[in-house]
Amino acid sequence: MGAARLKIAILYGWELAALVLLAGAPVFAQAPRAPQPKFIVVLDAAHGGDDAGAALKSGQAEKSLTLAFAVKLRSLLTARGMTVLTTRDSDQAITPNQRAEIANRAQAQACLSLHFSDTGSGVHLFVSDLPAAPSGHFLPWKTAQSAWVNRSLALTGEFNSALQHASLPITLGRTALAGIDSMACPAVAIEIAPERTPGSVAVKSALNDPNYQSRVAEALAAALLVWRTEARP
Amino acid sequence: MIPRHQTFLFVLLLLASVGMGAMLWQMRERAHQRLLEGEDSAPTQAPAVTPAQEITLLAANDSDGSMQPQAHTLPLPADPGARARAILGKLLDLYAAPGAVHPVPGGAASITQVFFLPAQPLYASAPAKPASSARPAASPSTISAPSSSAETSSGASGSALADPSSTQSAVPSEPTTPQLAVINLTGAFANNHPSGLEAETLTILSLCATLHANLPRVTQVRFLVDGQPRPTLAGHADLTRTYLTSDTAGVAGSQP
Repeated sequence: MGAARLKIAILYGWELAALVLLAGAPVFAQAPRAPQPKFIVVLDAAHGGDDAGAALKSGQAEKSLTLAFAVKLRSLLTARGMTVLTTRDSDQAITPNQRAEIANRAQAQACLSLHFSDTGSGVHLFVSDLPAAPSGHFLPWKTAQSAWVNRSLALTGEFNSALQHASLPITLGRTALAGIDSMACPAVAIEIAPERTPGSVAVKSALNDPNYQSRVAEALAAALLVWRTEARP
Repeated sequence: MIPRHQTFLFVLLLLASVGMGAMLWQMRERAHQRLLEGEDSAPTQAPAVTPAQEITLLAANDSDGSMQPQAHTLPLPADPGARARAILGKLLDLYAAPGAVHPVPGGAASITQVFFLPAQPLYASAPAKPASSARPAASPSTISAPSSSAETSSGASGSALADPSSTQSAVPSEPTTPQLAVINLTGAFANNHPSGLEAETLTILSLCATLHANLPRVTQVRFLVDGQPRPTLAGHADLTRTYLTSDTAGVAGSQP
């Protein structure tokens, strides 16, 4: 019995070796490359629940517009291959700390806090006014953004360029916003105001104008595409 | 027949009633006279006040998100708290006026009190490096925050305004000990303030910058509403933060 097995092994040994080599070739060819890191964007639709935000002249609450805009922007970013997380998908109350927790857990490459206002004109871009600080293993919760301020300013630069390319009025500023200040990611607060005729208070594009919202969303998506390219080595 | 003692008692009571009536009438006349004299003693001349002094207000503008210095003259009290309250009240009067470019209802009565404490160090961080890529390519409007960070005014590309501290003349020479100013606002002011990141930020920054421009010792500002801490001014700008005013000298506004 043992002699028979040995005879078979000798007879078919070369064939088995050849099979293994042939099977191995495609295995090495199809070896999975290193997975590309996900580009994660966190969209924070401001307010929600009992916190209605600003009562806008159109009669809508700010919380409704921010949620609708977040949904619109999410679809644009998803179509461009980005992973999008939203802090809320419905009319629910979320504290600033919870918003920051969601952003920090995601380890996102961009965090956008979305707001609407009747005041001013065009798009207002705000970065935390915390002074920049070196990054460390442990960041104070209330000033975590200080380690990311320079990246946030760089991200604001991308938004600024894209919005200018879309011929939208822009205001840049620094502010103290509780949710943003605790985010450990490049974070920008974006406030959308009606587009007004330069030098006048006449409204050119209202807040609830879908075309206006689309222009802003497209510009933001374009800026994030550039940001993704720069963020990857 | 009426007994004699009863007749005597009746006459006595009658005389007493007449006497008391006369006294009452006289007292009424005296009170009336005092009232008239009180009216006459009302001041016919304005009380002596301190001479008007020049102050600088950093007035916000919603249309471009800028703050522009405005020179005003105002009689200022000697007490620093009352002086600060008068200056900030003048700024809020501008915002409450019809046609204001940064409309906020309330006016001077919105500030209940301003008091001062020794300033404390806040951030023990390395000096910030400006992020060159964040600088605007063209010339968008810029809101400069009262932060000590180096990026504060990096985005300003318009005409830089004069150092507000150099334009003020209302402040006598004082020691240079840094101070924390605590501004106590009324609840009505916060409740009626327009809600929005830009509007709230501009109000806070203009209050801080105006205070620093006229009282250079003030390097930090905190806010209370009805004597209590409040999370936000009107839903956005953080009011629990200590705001730094030391770098507001570079406040600049530019047209888009």
